[in-house]
Amino acid sequence: MAYESYVLVCGGTACCSGGGTDVVEAFKKELDAQGLSGKVQVVVTGCLGFCEQGPIVKILPQGTFYVQVHEEDVKEIVAEHLVKGRVVQRLCYDPEQAKKLVAEANIPFYQKQYRIVLRNCGVIDPEKIEDYIARDGYKAIEKVLFEMTPEQVVEEMLKSGLRGRGGAGFPTGMKWKFAQQQPKGQKYMVCNADEGDPGAYMDRSTLEGDPHSILEAMTIAGYAIGASKGFIYIRAEYPLAIHRLEVAIGQARDLGLLGDDILGSGFSFDIELRFGAGAFVCGEETALLQSIEGNRGMPKPRPPFPAVKGLWGRPTVINNVETLANIPVIINKGADWFSKIGTATSKGTKVFALTGKVNNSGLIEVPMGTTLREIIFDIGGGIRGGHQFKAAQTGGPSGGIIPPQFLDTPIDYENLAKIGSIMGSGGLIVMDETDCVVDIAKFYLDFTVDESCGKCAPCRIGGRKLLNYLKKITDGRGTEDDIVQMQNISDAMCKASLCGLGQTASNPVRSTLRYFMDEYMEHIKDKKCRAGKCSKLIQYKIDPAKCKGCTLCARKCPAGAISGTVKNPHVIDQSKCIKCGQCELNCKFGAISHG
Amino acid sequence: MAKLTLEDLRRMRGEKQKAMEMRESSNKDVQVVVGMGTCGIAAGAKDTFTALVSAIDEKGLTNVLIRQTGCMGMCHSEPTVEVVVPGMPAVIYGHVDAATAREIVEKHIVGCELIEGKILDRPSIDIIKNG
Repeated sequence: MAYESYVLVCGGTACCSGGGTDVVEAFKKELDAQGLSGKVQVVVTGCLGFCEQGPIVKILPQGTFYVQVHEEDVKEIVAEHLVKGRVVQRLCYDPEQAKKLVAEANIPFYQKQYRIVLRNCGVIDPEKIEDYIARDGYKAIEKVLFEMTPEQVVEEMLKSGLRGRGGAGFPTGMKWKFAQQQPKGQKYMVCNADEGDPGAYMDRSTLEGDPHSILEAMTIAGYAIGASKGFIYIRAEYPLAIHRLEVAIGQARDLGLLGDDILGSGFSFDIELRFGAGAFVCGEETALLQSIEGNRGMPKPRPPFPAVKGLWGRPTVINNVETLANIPVIINKGADWFSKIGTATSKGTKVFALTGKVNNSGLIEVPMGTTLREIIFDIGGGIRGGHQFKAAQTGGPSGGIIPPQFLDTPIDYENLAKIGSIMGSGGLIVMDETDCVVDIAKFYLDFTVDESCGKCAPCRIGGRKLLNYLKKITDGRGTEDDIVQMQNISDAMCKASLCGLGQTASNPVRSTLRYFMDEYMEHIKDKKCRAGKCSKLIQYKIDPAKCKGCTLCARKCPAGAISGTVKNPHVIDQSKCIKCGQCELNCKFGAISHG
Repeated sequence: MAKLTLEDLRRMRGEKQKAMEMRESSNKDVQVVVGMGTCGIAAGAKDTFTALVSAIDEKGLTNVLIRQTGCMGMCHSEPTVEVVVPGMPAVIYGHVDAATAREIVEKHIVGCELIEGKILDRPSIDIIKNG
C-alpha cells in the first residue's frame, strides 16, 4: 500500500552538516508519536540544490518546499502540514510568493532554473516524433506556415529580443531580416552545432535530448528568409547526437514535416547533415561555411556577411543550436511572453554547462540576469570539498575569468563584457584556490595556439608569443617586462586578427592580468605559485624539527638532491631537485612539505 | 507513413497528449524513464536499463513501460531514472547503478516505497504544462 505523503529531507553535504540528520530523526519520532508512521514515509534524498538555504525539506505529493528547517520546526510541520494539510508559511522559501502560488496553481516555483531550451530534454523520448508532437511540437510550424507571412515571423523574432547564443550575441531577428531582404533565389539556413569550447556540452545535450526542436526551428527560419535548404554542421565526435538527428530527419521526412509541400502549405524545406572534423575555428561562421563547401576551414574577412553572401555565394543565415531551440517556443507563446524573461538587453534564458570545482556539475538553464552566486551556490551546491571560490571562467578560450567580487553581478551579455568576459556558448568552469590563474591562462592559450588556422599573423604569431611568455612565467623565468609585452600583444591580437578566434584568444590573459596581477607578480618576483600548480616553482623543504634523520628520503630521491647523516636533519639541494615529490610521499614523520 | 496534412498533425497531437496524460496521472501504467544522453550512457545508463528490464521480467510485471530520454541536466548524479507509479509522486533518482535499478523495481514499483538517499529534485517547472 502506498503512503499518503512523503517527507523528503535533503541528504546533501551542506544540509547534513547544517542539522539535516537531526531533522530526519525528529520527523521519524514525531510521526511515530502521532501514529502516522504507516501513512507518511520519511526519506533522505540526494542533494536537492538550494544549499544556501538548507536544511531543505520537501513534502510530496504537494511539492511544498521548506527551507532552513531545524529540529524544533518538525513538530509544527507534522501538526500543521501532515495532519491538517496547511502549509507552514514561515518556512517556505518566499512566504509571499509561496502563498500566492500554493493557492493559485500549486506550483512550487522556488527553483532558480527555468527551462525553455531544455524544455523537452529528459522528458521526451528523442527518437519518437510523437513524443515531441504531443508537447506542442511542430505547432509553431503550423502557426508560421498558415497564419504568418515571412515578414511577420521576422518581426516576431525582432520583438522577442532573442540574441545569438553562440557567443557574440547578435540579434537573431536582425540576421534573419538581412537575409530576407536579399533578392529572391537560392538561400540557405545553417545550424552551427560545432561546439568546441573545452568543458561545454549544451548543444550536444540539446541535440541528443530534443532533435526535432532544431529541425522545426530551422524550417521556421527557412520560411522566414526564403530558404529551401538547410544544413546542420555538427562535429563527428558527437555520434549519439548525429544518430538522433538522422532518426529525427527520417521521421520528419516520412510524415512530410520536411521535404516538398510541408503540410500542404506549398512551402518546401529539407535538411542535410554535414560533419566537422573537430577544428575549433570551424565554429567561426565564415570558416564553417568554407568547411561545408568542402574547402579547408579558414575564416574570410567580413563584410560581406553570410546573410548577404554565404554558402556558395548565396544569402545564408547561421544560427547556433541553443538559439534555434528557443524559436518554436517564441512562436507558440509569443514574443511578448519571451521578452518578459531576462534583463533589459538580454532576453530569455541561458544554458550553462556548469563544471569544475562545484558539487553539482551539470547542464543548467537560468533566466538572464541570474547571478553567478545563485548558479554556483544554489544550483551548483557550492564548492567541492569545502574549498574557497576563487574564480569562474565563462566563454571558453574566448572568454575571461570572473573573480569573487562579481559573484552578485546579474549575468547578461553587457555585464559580462563589462567585467572582461563574454557570454560565449555557455561553458562555466568554477575554480577554487587550488587552481593557478596563470596556469589556466596558459591552458587556454595552448588550446588556441593549437587551433589557430594560421591565416592571419596576429593570431598565428601573437598567440604563440603569448604562450611563450606564459610558459616563461610559470617556469620561474618571467620578468616584469614580460607583462608589458603580453599586454601589447594582447591589444594587437584583439584589434588586428581576422576572425573571432584571434580577436578573443587573448581574453584569458587580459582578464587574469586585470584581476590577478598579484599572482603573476608572485610567479615573477617570488618565484612562487600559491596554488602549487606550476611544478617548476614548487620548493620542497625539510622541517629540521620534525626530521628524525632516518635517511629514507635521501634513498628515495632519484636525483640525489638530499643529503644528511643518520639521526641528523637532512637538507634538499634546490638546484638538483626535480620536484618529483617522492621525498614528501615517503617521509613517515611529515617533515617534508612543498609550497 | 503517409504524409501529414494539417488536420492529421493536429489530431495526432491531441491523441498523443491524451495518451501521455493517461500514463502520467491515472491508474494504468507505471513508467520508468532512463536518461540516455552521452553523459548518462558514459556513467553506465545502458547497464541500468538492462538491469531494469531484467528485474521487471523476473517479477513478471506487465504494467511497466521503460523508455529512454535525453539528458536531464544532472550530470553530477548520472545515471538518472524517473519513476512514475500511479498514486505516488513522480520521483527522479540519481546514481542509479544496476543494484539500485533492482531496488527501484522491488521497493518502489512493487513495494510502493521511496528509496533512501538517491532522490533528486526536478530542476525546474515544465513550461509546456505550466506556462
